[in-house]
Amino acid sequence: MEAPRRVLGRGGILIGSGAALETDALTRVFKARRKAGEVRALQGIDLAVHRGECFGLLGPNGAGKSTLIKILTTLLLPTSGRALVAGFDVADEPLQVRGRINLVSGGDSSGYGILTVRETLHLFSQFYGVPPQLARRRADELMQVTGLAEKANARLSALSTGMRQKLNFARGFMSDPEIIFLDEPTLGLDVEASRDIRGFIARWVRERPERTVLLTTHYMMEADELCGRVAIIDHGRILALDTPTALKRTLPAEPVFELQLSATGQNLDALRGIAGVRSLSHHAHPATGAVELRVVVVEDDVIGEVLGRLKALERSVLHLTKTEPTLETVFIHHVGRGLTDEESGDRDGS
Amino acid sequence: MGRDLAGTETTIRARIRMNAAAVFARASVRVRASFRESSWIVGETLFPFLAMSAFVFVYRGLHAPPEYEGFVVLGGAMIAYWNNVIWGMASQFFWEKEQGQLQLYLITPVSRMSILLGMALGGIAMTTTRAAVILIGGMLLFHVSLPLSRALPAFGLFVLTLGAAYSLGMILSSLFLLWGREVWHTATLLQEPIYLFSGFYFPVSAMGIVIGIAGSILPVTLGLDGIRQIFYGPAAHGLLPLRWIPPIQIALTLVFVTLARVSLLAMENLGKREGRLTLKGD
Repeated sequence: MEAPRRVLGRGGILIGSGAALETDALTRVFKARRKAGEVRALQGIDLAVHRGECFGLLGPNGAGKSTLIKILTTLLLPTSGRALVAGFDVADEPLQVRGRINLVSGGDSSGYGILTVRETLHLFSQFYGVPPQLARRRADELMQVTGLAEKANARLSALSTGMRQKLNFARGFMSDPEIIFLDEPTLGLDVEASRDIRGFIARWVRERPERTVLLTTHYMMEADELCGRVAIIDHGRILALDTPTALKRTLPAEPVFELQLSATGQNLDALRGIAGVRSLSHHAHPATGAVELRVVVVEDDVIGEVLGRLKALERSVLHLTKTEPTLETVFIHHVGRGLTDEESGDRDGS
Repeated sequence: MGRDLAGTETTIRARIRMNAAAVFARASVRVRASFRESSWIVGETLFPFLAMSAFVFVYRGLHAPPEYEGFVVLGGAMIAYWNNVIWGMASQFFWEKEQGQLQLYLITPVSRMSILLGMALGGIAMTTTRAAVILIGGMLLFHVSLPLSRALPAFGLFVLTLGAAYSLGMILSSLFLLWGREVWHTATLLQEPIYLFSGFYFPVSAMGIVIGIAGSILPVTLGLDGIRQIFYGPAAHGLLPLRWIPPIQIALTLVFVTLARVSLLAMENLGKREGRLTLKGD
C-alpha cells in the first residue's frame, strides 16, 4: 500500500505524518433547525493525536466534541478541511478507517433485549472479523473487568441501565481497535462503576502502547487521571492544548477560592462586575442545595470585595478555601465558565 | 508483484470471511429471538391464522369451489413473509437509529448489504416457522390438499419469490432510514392495502389485468399467483402464464438488489452530509 503523502495543512499540522488522528482546518456547519441561518459546530480544528496517546477533549455541551468524533468515526462528513484516522482520509477512505476504530458513547446501550450479554458481545465482534474463539476469550475478559461475568447469560432486557452501559463499553473493546473513541464513557454510571471503567482504560492503554484513545468527558478528574494531553474546546475551536500539568502551569499565578454559600439569596451574576475577578462559576449542590462558588481573582485582596458583595446579595458564606490550580481551573480560565454551568452572555467571566 | 497479488488476495479473502461472519451473526439474532419470546410466536402465528380462517369460512358460506380454500391457506402463509419484509426489514434500520444503535453498525467495516442480508436470512428463518404452522394447520383444519408431486417446483418459485421480496425490503430499509419519521404509518400503508392488491386471499386476476400487473411490482403477488397455478392449474385463474413468472422474479431480484445497493449508499451519504444518521448531538 502506498504510504500516505505528507502535506503541510492550512492549520500548520503536518498531514500524513503518521499520527493516529490528524485534522487540518476541519469545519462543520449545520443548517439551523428551527430558525434561518447555520450553526458552526467546528471552526477550523487543527489537531494531531499521536499513536499510543490517551488524548482528552474537554468542552461544555455544544462545544463540538461529539461532532468531531462523528467525523472521525465516518458518521458525518466535514464541510471543509481534512481529517485522517490512522493515515486514512475519513471522507475518501471510510472503509479503511472503520476497520481500525471503535466507538463507545456514554449513556447509550447496545444490543437487543432478547440476547444475552455474551451473545451481544459475540454479535458485535463478528462485524469486525474477530475469530469466534478469540471473541469468546475477549468476551470473558471484558465481562470480568466490567463486572458483567455473573450476568453473562442474562438477557439484556433483564439488565439495569448501568449494566447495559457497561456492556456497551465492553462492546467497544471487543474488536481490540487501534483507535477507540470514548464519548463520555462514564456518563450516568455510579462512582464504583466509573472507577472500574477508568481503571480498565488506564490498563488497556498501558498494556497496549500502540493503541490510541480519544476521550471526551465532563469529568475533569477523569481527564486528569487518564490523559497524556488534553484539548479544551468551545464553540468549535480549540482554546488550549497540552499536558494537564503544563496546562496548569500556564495559568497565571492567580488565587482561586472555593466558597460554599447558602441556597437562598440574590443572583450571583452581580459578582462578575467586581474589578479583579478573573472568572467565576457556580452550581447548586445536588443534595444540600447549597451553592458552590469558584472564583479566580487577580490577587488575594479581591476576595474581600467578593465577600462584601455576597453579604449585599444576602448570601451567607458557609465555607471558604483557597485552592491549587486544577484542570477545572484551567477550563474555567479558557472557557470563562465551568463545565456544568449554563452559558451566560458574558463569556469572559470578568 | 506476486507478493502484492498475494496480499490483495488475502485481503479480499479476509473481507469475504468477515462479511460472511457478519451475515451469520446478524441472522442468528433473529433465529434465536424467534424461539425466546412466546408472545411473538402467538401474535405472529395465531392472529394471521384467525384472519385466514375467516376467509375460508366466507368461501364456504358462498359455496365457492374448494380450491379457493387452498388459495387462502397459501396466501395466509405468504402474508407472514410480507409482514416480516415490512416490519423486520424495511423499518429495521429506522428502529436501530431510534435506539441509537445504527451508528454501531455504520462504523463497522462490513458492508451494509451484509447486515441487510443477515437480517433477511434471519427473518426468513424466523418467519418460516410461523408460515409452516399456518400452512400445515390450515391444511389439516380445513382439509386442504396440495399435490405433493408439485411441491418441488412450487418450492423453487417460492424461493425466487422470497429473494425478490426481501430484496425489495432492502430498498425500503434505506428509504425508511432517512424518511421514516412516520414509519409506523408507512409500514401500515404497505401492509393492509397490499393484502388487497397482492391477492393474498383470492386470485389477483379477479381485479383485472391492469391492477393485477400493477400489483405485480410486489414480488409476492406474482409469486403467489404462480404457486397457485402450479398446484391448481387453470382453476387458479392465473394472471400471467406460469412460465413467465420465474424469469420475472429473477429479474426483479437483480433490479431490487442493485437498487438497494445504490439507494443504501445514497441514503448513507445524504445522512452523513446532513448529520441525520445519529441521534446524539453536540
